Amino acid sequence: MSEYGFNTLSVHAGAQPDPATGARATPIYQTTSFVFEDADHAAALFNLQVFGNIYSRIMNPTNAVLEERIAALEGGRAGLAVASGHAAQLIVLHTLMQPGDEIVAARQLYGGSINQFSQGFAKFDWHVKWADTRDPDSFRAALTPKTKAIFIESIANPGGIVTDIEAVAGVAKQAGVPLVVDNTLASPYLIRPLEWGADIVVHSATKFLGGHGNSIAGLIVDGGKFDWGRDGKYPTLSEPCPSYHGMRLWETFGDMAFAIACRVLGLRDLGPALSPMNAFLVLTGIETLPLRMQRHCDNALAVARWLKENRRVAWVSYAGLEDDPSHGLQRTYSPKGAGAVFTFGVKGGYEAGVALVNGVKLFSHLANVGDTRSLIIHPASTTHRQLNDEQKKSAGAGPDVVRLSVGIENTEDIIADLDQALAAS
Amino acid sequence: MPQYSDDFIRSILRSTKTIAMVGASGNEMRPSYFAMKYLLDKGFVIRPVNPGLAGKEILGQTVYASLRDVPAPIDMIDIFRSPDAAPAIVREALAEKDRLGVKTIWMQLGVINEEAAALARKAGLNVVMDRCPKIEYGRMSGEISWMGVNRKLIDNRKPLLFSKGGSLKR
Repeated sequence: MSEYGFNTLSVHAGAQPDPATGARATPIYQTTSFVFEDADHAAALFNLQVFGNIYSRIMNPTNAVLEERIAALEGGRAGLAVASGHAAQLIVLHTLMQPGDEIVAARQLYGGSINQFSQGFAKFDWHVKWADTRDPDSFRAALTPKTKAIFIESIANPGGIVTDIEAVAGVAKQAGVPLVVDNTLASPYLIRPLEWGADIVVHSATKFLGGHGNSIAGLIVDGGKFDWGRDGKYPTLSEPCPSYHGMRLWETFGDMAFAIACRVLGLRDLGPALSPMNAFLVLTGIETLPLRMQRHCDNALAVARWLKENRRVAWVSYAGLEDDPSHGLQRTYSPKGAGAVFTFGVKGGYEAGVALVNGVKLFSHLANVGDTRSLIIHPASTTHRQLNDEQKKSAGAGPDVVRLSVGIENTEDIIADLDQALAAS
Repeated sequence: MPQYSDDFIRSILRSTKTIAMVGASGNEMRPSYFAMKYLLDKGFVIRPVNPGLAGKEILGQTVYASLRDVPAPIDMIDIFRSPDAAPAIVREALAEKDRLGVKTIWMQLGVINEEAAALARKAGLNVVMDRCPKIEYGRMSGEISWMGVNRKLIDNRKPLLFSKGGSLKR
């Protein structure tokens, strides 16, 4: 039945009528814990011998619907819902890495991810080597014997650069490490990285998946194709697990072992569980993902074209524009549109950028993307301000850069707001 | 991976009552123990087969040395052994086919042996390879959704519950 189309899966995947009541919408299982049938059932659950619910830090039936839905939309084997996109990245790497290990990551990442990788993870003795998302060979050059994963964004934040996923997946395959793709800005409506050779997908579901700017959430999708057994490189998966009586997760759970490990070790031990209420809101958002995402893309292209012609604008970086360096890759990987997040440069540098965000009346000045509302931010003074000048530039967040997340309002209203604010800046 | 229709798998799981599990393990952290535990909970009768443990018990069930010793009836033989062991097990099953009433040869995840499959099909048996009945039961009943697994199914009806979790019976 994998033949159901994307719109159908967006509405239905993972959701059955509630087994207890027949409720058609997914109920919010707002409970910490679930009763055991008897002591034997409890033991079997704790040993992972039977399917079932124990405690909402590790699993919850509302969250499980969201997990299955994202796995279906990405074409993966299994999913896991966690408290935030950052929590998803933490749990993925916690499953892959040992102290002293390295990842190779694109330097064009969301600023928060750059901080997490370079600062937060260093405390775990996990280290990052940076590569250029526009140059797949740069990932190969950064590999070392300690590399355990390659990490990219499908559409890079904030510049809207489209990554050549298949080429980077080839580098990962050759190196025998999984390719992890943050698919937040594309959403599976635009790009399904597993189809291009990625092994694991992560999301900040806070963005287009939830789509309404009301819930923080993160998702992990296990593609189910990576061989975790070779070379003993991933001992969390291939070696006996002391906290499960010596069970080997890879041997026991096969093609869903990575997702299970993220759940029964990562979520269990690190604890960033998603609240069922937020899972419900993200699920409701996903039902309209295909409709919203197309509208986001159409509006963004119209806005980018208009900005490109504006005399107060120095440049526009949007892969949907025909002369953009990423346009060829966008046509290949994301033919339905180039997403809704992109940057442009205002003439007048840092001050002009600040004046623009102060002058808008419809756009909201805030640090999020992927809301129904149009959003604007000046990365140099906000999301990327912790980075040094060189890092800002290489992350596409120089002093004149303004980032938009174009919403689903009327196109002409969005453009009129930018017009008046640019005229005043 | 061999492909089977959902209807084919569902019909086997619905019609099977008794399973001989060849290669059953007494180690409670082995995959075969997981599957046996789960299927017992769902009401299947399981006859474990393992010559090394003959006469002992796994999960309260007497272990038999070979399919020759297993009491009838047996609807399905579930092979938890390496692929190269499969043809000999199928030959033994076919020798006992009429006494036991065997209808299905099921080979576990990772177990693919075309020779064994051809022998069984020629004798009119259903053959499933490279699948786990626990995982397939969990897919059909919806229970595996609790682990976020993509079931590749859409179910517009309320599942019926009995005993420990969901059931395929309607």
